[in-house]
Amino acid sequence: MDLDALYQQIILDHYRSPQHAGLREPFDVEVHHVNPTCGDEVTLRVKLSDDAEPVVRDVSYAALGCSISQAAASVLTELVIGKPVAQALVVQQEFLALMQGRGTVVADEESLGDAVAFAGVAKFPSRVKCALLPWMAWKDATSSAMNGQPAHPNSPKENHHARR
Amino acid sequence: MGLLPDLDLLRLDFPILNRELAGGHALVYLDSANTSQKPQVVIDTMVDHLERHNANVARAMHQLGAESSAAFEAARDIVAAFIKAPSRDEVIFTKNASEGLNLVANTLAWPGEWAVGVGDEVVITEMEHHSNIVPWQLLTQRTGARLRWFGLTEDGRLDLSTVDDLITERTKVVSLTWVSNMLGTINPVAEIARRAHEVGALVVVDASQAAPQLPLDVVASGADVVVFTGHKTVGPTGVGVLWGRREILEALPPFLGGGEMIETVTMERSTYAPIPHKFEAGTPPIVEAIGLGAALEYLSHIGMDAIHAHEQAITAYALEGLATIPGIRVLGPLDASQRGGAIAFDLPGVHPHDVATVLDTRGIAVRAGHHCAKPAHARFGVQSTTRMSSYLYTTPAEIDALIEGLAFTRSYFGLDPVTAAR
Ligand SMILES: Cc1ncc(COP(=O)(O)O)c(C=O)c1O
Repeated sequence: MDLDALYQQIILDHYRSPQHAGLREPFDVEVHHVNPTCGDEVTLRVKLSDDAEPVVRDVSYAALGCSISQAAASVLTELVIGKPVAQALVVQQEFLALMQGRGTVVADEESLGDAVAFAGVAKFPSRVKCALLPWMAWKDATSSAMNGQPAHPNSPKENHHARR
Repeated sequence: MGLLPDLDLLRLDFPILNRELAGGHALVYLDSANTSQKPQVVIDTMVDHLERHNANVARAMHQLGAESSAAFEAARDIVAAFIKAPSRDEVIFTKNASEGLNLVANTLAWPGEWAVGVGDEVVITEMEHHSNIVPWQLLTQRTGARLRWFGLTEDGRLDLSTVDDLITERTKVVSLTWVSNMLGTINPVAEIARRAHEVGALVVVDASQAAPQLPLDVVASGADVVVFTGHKTVGPTGVGVLWGRREILEALPPFLGGGEMIETVTMERSTYAPIPHKFEAGTPPIVEAIGLGAALEYLSHIGMDAIHAHEQAITAYALEGLATIPGIRVLGPLDASQRGGAIAFDLPGVHPHDVATVLDTRGIAVRAGHHCAKPAHARFGVQSTTRMSSYLYTTPAEIDALIEGLAFTRSYFGLDPVTAAR
């Protein structure tokens, strides 16, 4: 197992200087997601534009967890802020496919940007959930903001939604 | 220093310890508090049973059935001897420790001599495994009783200064762990049991971490009920033990209903089998119980006093080694003679998952997370910790590998600029 494949320099950089960190106003929806097996937590807020085709105006977060989950939150904000929601959801799907591919999926640098650095994480099954935590939180918050209702009726008890 | 003699030979009993992991690293297994490894004799006993004697117990009217029943009941005798139970009938096979604790907490919700109700109190501690917290939350929520708990001192012991306030005539149950799976603390079970009995409370002890490490004497412990799980005592998963004083087990209503636990059944009602079968509904974990019997015989053969001395020696050596890592914070007592072999620690600047992953790439298996003790983590202001836990097969060289691995982890994450690895 190659440690450097997991801890790419980009990941460590994001971990040491996280982008867009902190919880900001204004926001449409706030969610709190927990990884029950390890206790990693993220509180994440989304603000969408009012357009017919909404754009991700802001994503802010407070994350408590390992380098992988913290770096994933940071990379996520860089990738989705400013993108139309529809396009950002495509990126989320690609990232999910990369993480669940056990190292067989080739990452598309064009759309995934710094997130390609997470390709190595897919080979560490115990760490895949760490990388996905902020992305699942973002997806959950975004669909709530789009629908005006909680997206995950079955999400674990500790997870919560709040609408403004 | 109290180490088991011929450790190299003893390690040969555990085939998995020979495993080579990715990158050609030898396995350094420091996660025994999570689950222990299994000696060949346990594996062979289980395979032999499945290959030659497999049949259901109690209800099969043929030779194999008789052999299987005899082996299963012999395992009960071995357990009874291992924990010094006055009677084999007081030994109940469960699925694991969690089921044992749920058995007690559930049956106490029903009317009877020990029933817990409105105005009653159940006392636990802040260092419990979730398995000894949640069943009591369920019981008190269902019955309108009140849940209370002992807090912890800064060095990870029970704060006994509140005992007079906590254990009162309202107390119906006191349930606590013998040895903490996170802090390693060995609790003064007999002393607390004495206080609890003064007010007539039932004393339940979670011996999941004690059974592997300490010579057990359930009567001397003062407890009314003691539970443990088989897979931490070099036995298989899927089997646990609940011991209870005969009067208590006879007074409690059944837990699960089904085959084997009955005396007779009509469409309207049933009468129940005497203990232990009253609490063993359905086909039990037969081969697992037989494997557990082999496991406890193996431990007894080595000697629980010798295993305890080995654990203390390894724990003392590990605490010394950990103290050389800059910034490290060990949670729980620092005196090896006062604790078990699970050592949880915090390495500021590196998250426990990252510590565990770096160690894993060197073949070193530890646990990272909350170790099913979230309240105890919260008490010490940490979200998660890294935990090393040793057992009878752990060597000082493995502790050295851990300490080197931690030094490497620090440098890998840039905490040691001088020796930075990247
Ligand atoms: C102190 C303690 N209690 C209870 C348990 C639960 O054991 P099991 O999961 O086998 O029921 C464990 C182990 O995980 C433990 O360490």
